[in-house]
Amino acid sequence: MSRMKHKHRDEIQKAMQRHESRRLLTDKIITGVTIACVVAAIIPLGSILFEVIKNGAGAINAEFLTQPQGAIGEGTGGVGPAIQGTVLIVALASLIGVPIGVLAGIYLSEFGNNGRFSYFVRFFNNVMTGLPSIVIGIVGYIVLVLTIGSFNIMAGAVALSIIMIPIVVGVTEETIKLVPNSIREAGYSLGIPKWKITMFITLRSAKNGVLTGIVLAISRIAGETAPLILTILGTSLFFNSFLGPVDALPLRILRLATQPYPSAHSFGWGAALILIILVMTLSIALRFLVLERRFRLSHISRVLRRNANETTS
Amino acid sequence: MLALVAFSVADGSAEAFSIEGLKFFGKTDWNPVEGRESYGALPYVIGTLVSSGIAMVIGVPISLGIAIFISEIASKRIGTPIAFVVEILAAVPSIIYGLWALFVFRNISRDFIERPLYEAFGGAIPFFAKTPFGLDVFTAGIVLGIMIIPIISSISREIIKAVPRSQREAAYSLGATRWETVRSVVIPYAKSGLLGASILGLGRAMGETIVVMMIIGNTTGLAAIPTTLFSSSQTLSSVIANEFNEAATTFHSSALIALGGILFLLTIAINIGAQVLVSRMVKTNPGARE
Repeated sequence: MSRMKHKHRDEIQKAMQRHESRRLLTDKIITGVTIACVVAAIIPLGSILFEVIKNGAGAINAEFLTQPQGAIGEGTGGVGPAIQGTVLIVALASLIGVPIGVLAGIYLSEFGNNGRFSYFVRFFNNVMTGLPSIVIGIVGYIVLVLTIGSFNIMAGAVALSIIMIPIVVGVTEETIKLVPNSIREAGYSLGIPKWKITMFITLRSAKNGVLTGIVLAISRIAGETAPLILTILGTSLFFNSFLGPVDALPLRILRLATQPYPSAHSFGWGAALILIILVMTLSIALRFLVLERRFRLSHISRVLRRNANETTS
Repeated sequence: MLALVAFSVADGSAEAFSIEGLKFFGKTDWNPVEGRESYGALPYVIGTLVSSGIAMVIGVPISLGIAIFISEIASKRIGTPIAFVVEILAAVPSIIYGLWALFVFRNISRDFIERPLYEAFGGAIPFFAKTPFGLDVFTAGIVLGIMIIPIISSISREIIKAVPRSQREAAYSLGATRWETVRSVVIPYAKSGLLGASILGLGRAMGETIVVMMIIGNTTGLAAIPTTLFSSSQTLSSVIANEFNEAATTFHSSALIALGGILFLLTIAINIGAQVLVSRMVKTNPGARE
């Protein structure tokens, strides 16, 4: 009887072991699949960076950086006006977008009391981040291009600032919320009014996070193309009036890429390299100059993720 | 601000709707020649849905795989840098994706993905029955799929993080393997949130303009309805970007703005839905984040 039982148990054990090895195998396979997913995402990134550097590096020289484009198809001149235009338009958009975004973020975290109103603001702010940029370009076109009567730099700047604001609002709110309450309470205990506490204590402690958010928003709008087609049109001349078309790097890349000349294509790659360098140095330089001394990957990664949500959540 | 957007779009598209009426949604012709103008939105709506549908098929599984790898499988030391790299994908401007897609990926796609598919299935399945050219909905869909990976994977990660630890521990204590825990505990628990994350990605794919405009082939009218995976097409956003500067009449530009209005309504609806799903998931489990 007991031997029978033993035999039975052995069989069950064996079956379980077989089963278990299969389960472990499934586990290994799935792990492999998820690793493959990671690799599948990293390959395009590597390929993009590699191609931009390989094809773009040759095009860049002093003339390329400072001169307007030469005759079409000849490959002379450069993308000077586009660089200038991008810098101008991003600066203008930031002038509009940063104060509004930061103040709205402060409101949401410090003054909104989590009421119904701030809930709706937050909700629609999130929805705004998901709006296609071309739709925002239409707004710029209707509100500023049609009323002024010509494509102009302000229309582009306003459109870009509309893209920028929700990102800045979201990051500002989140970072300010991370400031420990004890710091605010220290201010209250000294009898400092709330607005002063917010501006000089809370915002100051959250400076790094807010700045990172702003830089990320800037690097995002610097690469926007779609709204610019509808608002600043693009030109091969340097900026000369607030009432005429302006050029910008993303627009120039688009125009160059769709021309049938190899020289234009290599110019396009060069402009793409400059755009990437602009965007990357902006964030890296700021991170090292103003932000934490230590390179805190996790924090940057969190803010980047916010930006990736694009921006969404 | 949202109201401003809605107002501008409504204002700008008024002319198109007053002339075309509701037929605008169902018509397939697109003729900008003065005097014979006629515009219909249907082909672009279909083009948008098909290209972002392909993007979802490619982007969602990869993103979920990444999210599961980072949050459940990898150690923190490996996971954080990977998350960082994946998020850099989101920082690359879309115009650079476009450039890469037009000059590099298009050839890869045509020679190594589309041609084999065409040769293998072209005779049997009508979806594949067209000589691949590279500039088509399929390539556009793949690139869009790559572009939405960072969004979906990062939100999915947040969602997965919101699954309470105790749930996982319960599964592990029963002797479940990692995959069994993920499949039977984490995914069911996070289902609605993951759905929301994917829908946000869908919204993003639908609104993407420049990349699509550079590689989808830009056909108009009836020809923009993709009959095979390798047909050229056009989406709501790319047709606006393509034709806006060439619109000679106010009717034409107003028709384009009306397309923008459709896109606006579609993405707003998608975003609101997804936002509700995601925030409910994260809000109901506030203590779950570590």
